[in-house]
Order: sequence, then C-alpha cells, then structure tokens
Amino acid sequence: MTADLTEVPSGRGVEPRPPVRRDAPADHPRPPWRDRLTRLDVKFTPYLFIAPFFVLFAVIGLFPLLYTGYVSMFDWELGGDEHPFVGLENYATLLADDQFWNAMFNTISIFVLSSVPQMITAVLLAALLNTALRARTAWRMGVLLPYVASLVALAIIFSNLFGKQYGLINTFLDAVGLSPVDWQGNWFASHVAIATMVNWRWTGYNALIVLAAMQAIPREVHEAALVDGAGAVRRFVSITLPLLRPTIIFVVITSTIGGLQIFTEPKLFDPAGGSGGGFSHQYQTVVLYLYQAGFQDFDLGYASAMAWILFLVVLVIAAANFFLTRRIASTGESE
Amino acid sequence: MTALTTAPPVRRPGRGRKLKASTLLERPNFVVYGILIAFILGSAFPFYWSFLVASYDANVFTGDVPLIPGGNFLVNANRVVDSIPFWKALGNSVIVSGSVTISVVLFSSLAGFAFAKLRFRGSKGLMLFVIATLAVPTQLGVIPLFMAMAEFGWSGTLGAVIAPNLVTAFGVFWMRQYIVDAVPNELIEAARMDGCSMLRTFWHVCLPAVRPAAAMLGVFTFMQSWNDFLWPLIVLNPEDPTIQVALEKLQSGYYVDYSLVLAGTTMATVPVLLVFLVLGRQIVAGIMQGAVKG
Repeated sequence: MTADLTEVPSGRGVEPRPPVRRDAPADHPRPPWRDRLTRLDVKFTPYLFIAPFFVLFAVIGLFPLLYTGYVSMFDWELGGDEHPFVGLENYATLLADDQFWNAMFNTISIFVLSSVPQMITAVLLAALLNTALRARTAWRMGVLLPYVASLVALAIIFSNLFGKQYGLINTFLDAVGLSPVDWQGNWFASHVAIATMVNWRWTGYNALIVLAAMQAIPREVHEAALVDGAGAVRRFVSITLPLLRPTIIFVVITSTIGGLQIFTEPKLFDPAGGSGGGFSHQYQTVVLYLYQAGFQDFDLGYASAMAWILFLVVLVIAAANFFLTRRIASTGESE
Repeated sequence: MTALTTAPPVRRPGRGRKLKASTLLERPNFVVYGILIAFILGSAFPFYWSFLVASYDANVFTGDVPLIPGGNFLVNANRVVDSIPFWKALGNSVIVSGSVTISVVLFSSLAGFAFAKLRFRGSKGLMLFVIATLAVPTQLGVIPLFMAMAEFGWSGTLGAVIAPNLVTAFGVFWMRQYIVDAVPNELIEAARMDGCSMLRTFWHVCLPAVRPAAAMLGVFTFMQSWNDFLWPLIVLNPEDPTIQVALEKLQSGYYVDYSLVLAGTTMATVPVLLVFLVLGRQIVAGIMQGAVKG
C-alpha cells in the first residue's frame, strides 16, 4: 500500500506562493489585506480541507474506542442510576466465561471455513475470467452479482434455503438419497451454512481483485516461459500463483478484520435462535454476544470489556498485516 | 461490514507497451464457458428463489418444490406493506445513504485534494495516519456511541445513523490516489495565478477532473451505507427504521411466513439490482482499478 505513497516531490507540487495578478494596473496595487488573506489561505486551507476526517475520526472513532475501555471498568447497566467502579472484574469474568470463548472459537471457525475455500475458488475463477472471453464485462458483472445483495437480504434468503424441515437444501439432499442435515442445531453444520453465505457474497468480488492482479503480471514473464515450452497449466502454477501471493495474503488478512466482526449473518441465520446464536450458542459470534450482552441484557460494562478485547485482537492482526505486507513489498523490490 | 476491502499492492506492467488481449490469453473452450455459466447461475439462484417463494402463499413448502413463479406476489407485497413501515423504511434508507454518499464524496475529495496537491507541514505523516485508521474497527465503539446519542437525544433519529459516516478513511485514500495523477499541477498553478482561492481552485479545477473516481466512490459508499445493519439496529426505533432493520423485524418471531418475508426481501433487493444493471460496468471497473491503484 505504501508503494504508491511517495510524497509529492518538490517542484511537482503547487508552490505556496501568493498569486500575482498580471493584468493589475501598476498604479493600483493590490490592497495589503488581500495579500495577507491569500497567505493565510495558502497556509491554513489545507488543514481545513483535511479537518473533517480528523474531527470525525476523533469524535466517532477514537473517542468511543477509548471510552469503551473506560466503561469496561464499571458495572454499568443501561438505565441504572449508579455505575460502581469494579476495576478489571469484567475482564476476569470474561476470560472465565465459557460463552465468550465459545463465541471466539465460533468466529474463528466460521472465518476459516469461509476464507480458505473462498480464496481458492476466487483464484480459479479469476483464471477462467483471464481468458479471451467474449463480452468479458458481462461475465465479470455476472460473478459480482451477489455483491449487490444486502447482508440482511442474503441472510434471510439463506436461512430459508438452509431450513431444517422445508429448506431447499435438505429437500435436495433427501432427493439424492442423503439424510437431511440439522443446519441450525449442529454446530459444525451451522458454521458451514454461515460460511456459505459469506462465500456466496464475496467470492466473485475477490475474484475480480485477483483478476486485476493477474493482469498486472508483466507479459514478458509469460512470453519467456512460453518460449521455453511451458503449457498453460505449468505457467499458472509456476508463474501466476507465486506472483499472486502478495495479493492473496493481503486479501486474506484484510478480510480477517471484517471476518472477526461478523454479525449480520449469524444474527439472522435462525429466526428462532435470536441473538443467542442458536439454543446452545452453537453459532454465536463475538459481536453477536457483544450485542446480546450490551443491548439485550443491558450490561454495557461487560459488553465493553468484550469489545475492547476484540479490538486488541484486531489491532494485533492489523499490525501483523502491516509488517507482513511491508516485508512482501520490500522482498519484491530486491528481486 | 467488510464491504470495502482495501486493495492490495500490485505492480503495474511497464507503461507504454499495450498488452493485446489476444496474444497471450488462452482461448476459452466450452468447459470454461460451462463453469462460468454454472457459477453465475449459482450466484443468481438465491435472488430467483426469493422471488419464487414470494410468489406463492405460506403453504409453498408443503408440496413439490416450485420452479416457475406463482401468482401471489402482489398479495404478499401488500402484506409486507401492512406488516412493516416498508415505504417509510425505504425512504429513510434513501435519505441516510444519499446524505452519507454526498458528504463522503465531498469531504473525501477535499481531503484527497489537499493530500495529493497541496504542500503543508505534516502532510505525509497525517496521510499515513489516515491509512492506519483503515484498520481500526470503529464498529466496536458502538457502546459509547450509543450512550452519547442517548445523551444528546439523537437516538431514534436518522441523524444518529448519518453523522458517524460523514467521511471515511477509505474515501480520503481513494480520492488522493486518483487526484495525484488526474489533476495536472499546471492547471492548479494557473488557477492560483488567476487569483482563485484554494476553495475555488478545488471547486473549479479539481472537482471536474475527478468526476469518474468520485462517482465510483459514491456508488461504493451508497451500497455500504444501504447495507449497514448493526448500528441502525441499535440506534433506530422499530417504527422508524432503515430498510435493513425493517426486514429483520419481518423475519423475527418463532413462526416465520417465508412467502411474506421473502416478498419483503425481493422488494428491497429489486432497486439495488436495477442500479447494478445500470452501473455494473463501472462497479467492476472500480473494484479492479482499486486493486491495481491501491
């Protein structure tokens, strides 16, 4: 990401010099207040331009996150009159809370079940799209179609498809002689079902990103291999895949940040399951538990502790992401 | 939630040499076309299924699996409008996503312009900060945000959904990357010579030149805002929701009439599908360009 971020080299950028009106008559010099205004404009307007982002980030990004840490030190019930300070008690409870670890495990399990098959499919799909197709844009739009479905619509439709009794998928399994699956009740099956929703929505999107990376591979590399007699499959395995590695790693790691915060799909997966994520929390994710603790049990202090821990996990992954992509970028340059 | 995956770094091939599509790309055979068609049918099927179920009555699942639509869709659509404040929710979603989109595009272009073309102390460090915030899961700050909205009396208002999304790090980054190449320095210089203030230079020189990137950012922002669920669910009243929250209400409960719920889902999805048919080409280009430019 940093590759393109070189600072504007001097001489290329706009010099902060006040404009001179060439057509101004010599006997009518510009009033001094205008010059001063222009100088102020040059000096401070850039800060005004970028201010909205920083102000908003401070108010709705940074402050709430820090304040979450503060709230997590209190026994803070929504609507309660008093909020006694309890120190790290919420954290101690949380780390001993089986439901929390269960939620953490479910989140990671659903993430792995969605990211691995998704990435493999996306690369293969990109390879198919990277052929001399007729009407290529139409095909690309076709694979992107699920991306326009809202998460809520998607979760509702799939909750119907995965229905235990009348769901189409079980009807199909029955028709081909397999036994129906309890997609909601069984923990592994529920994870597969939720991962399927994620995969359905994002595979085509990621395939387009991979396709863009494929097209950026210099053609000389392919030509050289072609001259040496390498076939299409050989070139895909020995050239395309290794050169896609940075893109693939990057996509996987960025999707971790979103994947750890998965909420809508498990929330709507089973209408009867509610925010518990199933009757024995078999598919409750961390953010779903956070929602249940904070906005249904109104235990804001406890939910804050949960948010803070998840926040730290995401930060660690983001930092790893940063260093990893930097290393990839630098090894790429030294080659 | 993950709507915008920031793009990975990709090295571009040497410029000047135009890659001819035909020279090295394989000719696709029927297997390639077959797999792609199967994939796209799989992608489209859940949409079709949603409409299919919505066109029958509640007993649709007791008989054979239907394959062609029945004639009950309008009946179900009317029931949707009776069960949830559908039009109000749709209007709310349009207001929220529309305001967020205009604001994000405007403020991101302003900041992107400053970062790409204006020289000021600390610009590089501040830009790195913007990029770093891309990784900050601000969604996890919902609890204090909810408290603050309650404190200010904003809970239940559309402003509470709009305000937190007025400008995004992704937008600033996206516009900066585009403006660096798209707006010639000479043009800015010329405008400054003619006595344009910074703001007028932005408005008359920069904005017209960045329309394509601004349009893409607008489409992505609109879709992301349209899909937003957790925060509207927390902060809005069930009587005055966005469309996503209204759909969720339609589905909740122990007995779910899917012909009703999926009618609502279909009605909420059709407008987005139409937008996709019109703008799909640009959306595809945006995703692929983002992947190479980022």
